[in-house]
Amino acid sequence: MTYWLAAVGRAIVSLFFIMNVGLLTFGVVGRIVARVHGRIGPPVWQPYVNIVKTISMRTAVSHGVMFYLGPVFRITGGVGLYLLIPAVHGSTWLGNFHFTGDLILVVYFIFFGMLGMALGAAESGHPYSAMGVMRGLTQVTASEVPFAFAIIALAARHHSLSITEIVAAQQGGLLHWNLFVAPVATAAGLFSLLGMMMQSPFDIHLAPQEIPIGPPTEFHSSYLALLQTNRSIFATAKLVLFVNLFFGGATSIVALVVKVFVLFLFPVAVGVVFPRYRVEQSVRWFLGVPTAIGIAAVLIETF
Amino acid sequence: MEDTLRTLVERFDATGVDRRRDRLAFAIVPPDRLVDAVTWLRDLAGYRHLVLLTAVDRIEEGIFRLLYLLRAPEERADIGLHVDVPREGASMESIHHLWAAARVYQRELREMFGIDFPGSPEVDVSMILEGWDGPPPMRRDFDTRKYSEETFYPREGRETRDPAAHAAVTRYPADEQVKDEIRRVARENRTRGE
Amino acid sequence: MAELFCDARPQAVDPAANRVVRAFYNWAQANSLFILAFGTGCGAIELRPLFTARYDISRYGIMPRPTPRQSGLFIIGGYASIKTMKRIIRSYEQMQNPKFVMGLGSCTVNGGMYWDSYNTINRLDYYLPVDVYVAGCMPRPESLIAGFGRLKTLIREGRAEGANRYAENFDWYKANQKRIIKDWNMPEYNW
Repeated sequence: MTYWLAAVGRAIVSLFFIMNVGLLTFGVVGRIVARVHGRIGPPVWQPYVNIVKTISMRTAVSHGVMFYLGPVFRITGGVGLYLLIPAVHGSTWLGNFHFTGDLILVVYFIFFGMLGMALGAAESGHPYSAMGVMRGLTQVTASEVPFAFAIIALAARHHSLSITEIVAAQQGGLLHWNLFVAPVATAAGLFSLLGMMMQSPFDIHLAPQEIPIGPPTEFHSSYLALLQTNRSIFATAKLVLFVNLFFGGATSIVALVVKVFVLFLFPVAVGVVFPRYRVEQSVRWFLGVPTAIGIAAVLIETF
Repeated sequence: MEDTLRTLVERFDATGVDRRRDRLAFAIVPPDRLVDAVTWLRDLAGYRHLVLLTAVDRIEEGIFRLLYLLRAPEERADIGLHVDVPREGASMESIHHLWAAARVYQRELREMFGIDFPGSPEVDVSMILEGWDGPPPMRRDFDTRKYSEETFYPREGRETRDPAAHAAVTRYPADEQVKDEIRRVARENRTRGE
Repeated sequence: MAELFCDARPQAVDPAANRVVRAFYNWAQANSLFILAFGTGCGAIELRPLFTARYDISRYGIMPRPTPRQSGLFIIGGYASIKTMKRIIRSYEQMQNPKFVMGLGSCTVNGGMYWDSYNTINRLDYYLPVDVYVAGCMPRPESLIAGFGRLKTLIREGRAEGANRYAENFDWYKANQKRIIKDWNMPEYNW
């Protein structure tokens, strides 16, 4: 009993921590993007205000059961993904619920939220929602291909499917990071990170000028608050995963925050420079050079 | 241009040829010859582009004067064909088979002036005025101001001023004083001269 | 149609009862305004410079949102013809309480230069509950920013209750709307 209470308590603390990291990161990144545009940009705490505002909406409309469950599935995807990844190496509080084969399950969980969202968006009945979800699923599928190759390469190198063991193998200095030990796999992983983070060249599921904001078109009030919260958790969880896999993990909270933020700057920097791809361009891009690099990584690590 | 106009007069009973410029001319064509004339202009004389199709409400003469403006891209010349149709039960032959775009003009004319184009696709579907039940609003006997005051809710306190006179008083009073002074001096000089 | 729309009348919803919570919510509403990005008239052209480098409205927590479900502020950009009015009403009713309306340009105040037109409305506040008018033809982006400031003050003071006003005077607003929209081929209230 006490074990379960402690586990739930740890999970809540851990989620609260990662939510704030995510929201603040998004706030700072909003400022940075604005500076690139030559603007001043919204305040750093704007994501918090947005969430409070959406919660404070007084009415909400439902289109059915799946409409309720869509955002719930989405946040389940984000929370589930995060809780399976050890955030801080060796920490009891932020170690989360890692186990031996978590790397495989994590790859599934990246997909889970999007699939749940597909059900909810379909129930909302808005054509743009269905269109956006379809495009999002297409792109995530494409971007998972190089990611899968990168993971296979890492697993082959470290003879393990446990994120904790992969992190443990990278301890002991900068040069032990997979970034330097397995640079080809890292390259494939970083390319697929671009697609997973859904920043500008690959924001085809939102497509601001085409199918305005895509999947969440009909979601409002508290549904939207859930989605906004999930956005911060999910994105940060993916970044934490990449920090663990390629950048030596993190042994302290400060190291984690710094690494997550610096890694987030990569998709953001690409995003502010490049305009949006069309669907087929994006898919073609992922199945081209990044996949080739991924295959090369697998070959290098295996033989 | 000369040949085209001569042919219009000889073969299509065009009257009142009005040469505005070297490459711009207008002519009046009887309603029953219009489609023939336009077809000939399009297919044989090079006037392939329908620039616009519009109407003028000549309420004093009891007619609508339609204007078919055509352009020949190679010659860079324009010819406008006027057609007079009576205001009562106004109706005209459709030219949507020549230019697909004409159906939009004809829909608009049907909606705004009440000129019917039998056979034109969707000519009775309203384009801008959804659910309009009054007379066609672009006819000159339709009083838009009265309609507006009856239908919408005019906000009281609206004043109308001449912009120049109003700006002179409110924005540039010093200028106005100087001008008054000049006028006064000029008047005095004139009276002294007499 | 029937399963996608609901004909139920709008209900007035009271703001949060607790004074501190209400103040906090009002503050959040004022500092996170989502504009419904629906250019309803020529004034919509004045909104574009607001989002770019020169005026940058995002520093006040204001951003465009292309769906009525998520937006809280509807800007009527100038003249509203009857045909647009129909879409405006549908969009407005799909927004969630609390929602605010800003009339932009003289056309929304008294018809502006289209005051005697057969096709444009004269007073917007007979059809929608307007919170703030920004006069001018067209108003500069600076006046718009001043209008946003005024609207924020109203929201913070809890005086921008347009959605509740609309629900309470629903019959009057509907009668006015139906007087100009002759072919009412949509639900009575689309939420």
